[in-house]
Amino acid sequence: MSTILSISDLRKSYAGGFEALKGVNLEIEEGEILALLGPNGAGKTTLISTICGITTATSGSVTVGGHCIETEYRAARAMIGLVPQEINLEPFETVLNTVRFSRGLFGKPKNEALIEDILKKLSLWDKRSSQIKELSGGMKRRVLIAKALSHEPRVLFLDEPTAGVDVELRKDMWEVVRELRESGVTIILTTHYIEEAEAMADRVGVIAGGEILLVEEKSDLMARMGKKELQVMLTEPISTVPAALAEHDLRLGADGQSLVYTYDVTAERTGITALLNDVAAAGLVLSDVATRQSSLEDIFVDLVSGEDA
Amino acid sequence: MNWTAVASIYKFEMARFFRTLAQSFLSPVLSTSLYFVVFGAAIGSRIDHVEGVSYGAFIVPGLIMLSVITQGISNASFGIYFPKFIGTVYELLSAPVNFLEIVLGYVGAAATKALFIGVVILATAHLFVDITILHPLAMVLFLVLTCVSFSLLGFIIGIWAKNFEQLQLVPLLIITPLIFLGGSFYSISMLPPVWQTITLFNPVVYLISGFRWAFFGVSDVPVGFSLLAIALFTGLCLAVIGWIFRTGWRLRS
Repeated sequence: MSTILSISDLRKSYAGGFEALKGVNLEIEEGEILALLGPNGAGKTTLISTICGITTATSGSVTVGGHCIETEYRAARAMIGLVPQEINLEPFETVLNTVRFSRGLFGKPKNEALIEDILKKLSLWDKRSSQIKELSGGMKRRVLIAKALSHEPRVLFLDEPTAGVDVELRKDMWEVVRELRESGVTIILTTHYIEEAEAMADRVGVIAGGEILLVEEKSDLMARMGKKELQVMLTEPISTVPAALAEHDLRLGADGQSLVYTYDVTAERTGITALLNDVAAAGLVLSDVATRQSSLEDIFVDLVSGEDA
Repeated sequence: MNWTAVASIYKFEMARFFRTLAQSFLSPVLSTSLYFVVFGAAIGSRIDHVEGVSYGAFIVPGLIMLSVITQGISNASFGIYFPKFIGTVYELLSAPVNFLEIVLGYVGAAATKALFIGVVILATAHLFVDITILHPLAMVLFLVLTCVSFSLLGFIIGIWAKNFEQLQLVPLLIITPLIFLGGSFYSISMLPPVWQTITLFNPVVYLISGFRWAFFGVSDVPVGFSLLAIALFTGLCLAVIGWIFRTGWRLRS
């Protein structure tokens, strides 16, 4: 896989001195779904707006498919589809004309068959002659997606696509996003629903205070979440893990007074009984035992609160 | 040039016009008829002729200018302000288009609408008075240039405006008085000498004078001055728009 979007040291400060982006670096692989998680005001929308050309960066560079978004903005922007967070649509125009307009605006020749296909996939075909103002909120959001897809983007930004959307529609949208990804479109979605990131993303990025705090494969994160840690506190510090305990793959705590054992909660046998027997047999005296499980939520909260401090 | 984008913006804007075609068509017909009833029949019967032209015919170029200028401004200012207001401007800013293409689309559509209304007024006026156009090419040139230049001004107002009040402010407080005091309904030779001089600072005087010359061969100021004035005005609007595009003023944060 190759990098389709490359962001390096991107900064954005506003006139009042507020730094919305503090040197963001991010590489996005072609064909992946990256979920950007972050609290309100983290800089998610600013990041997207800057890449798409709605806001101008203070410094730093962004390339899309190798095209710089400033010097080669035509080539770069032609590759990008944007579904904004707010439902911004011309209320008096019909669905079909609004979507046709988007395609034309991006310089693409007429292709009615493609637009029909997009509208059908998004269950909008029956509403094609309706004025936008007659549609429900969920339908309007689909129109935004249809507009973004109308010019066949290689990279699609979905800014909080399911904010304020009911559960049923949210599931439908996830389905649409998965199908898009199968067709080879790279997708970057922002959300504050961790569940959404878990359901869809290949990689998860956490952004807070204008900085990317973490970008990791979702499977790695999930593995961390599925694992639990058992901490065995010792009365006397030790310098190395005794050889007799090697098979348990233990980690020695920083103070030398605890042993950390990672196990899979879902496994049939966790190996705790054997471990505790072996610890005792090795002549170590226990002072306390504790377990902890980290979730994506925990990781997220830790990262974000650490950033605020 | 992304001509497909220009055509798309143009068509999208024209669709707004066609949605309200009856209104777009009826209102100039009605207002022109009213002007003729009031100025032509009631007042005009006492004025008789101005510079050898019947008063009813004399006011036709001014009436057309009045509508074309106000329509050009309001169409173009609304055209670009509305996407800002409802938020759809995001799409324009993120599309692979440059500002020239955006202006061509929006101003082109606004000028077309203004031109359409100008033609409708001319046709309506024809029902009330006999009009012969001495210099048809010059008439078309003045008409088109006026439509385009005031649509450019409207575009600037639309970008500048932060709310609907501001959108109305410039047309209401500056443009309408300038048009009414610019000799739409009278020849400036009818004014006291002091006002004749003051009036020459009103740019609209030059437009109406030139436009009237194209119709009847009579003018308040030499026609060359009129052409120069409209060329300068168009150039000024283009320069301001060029600056807006370079800086992203009121468009990009």
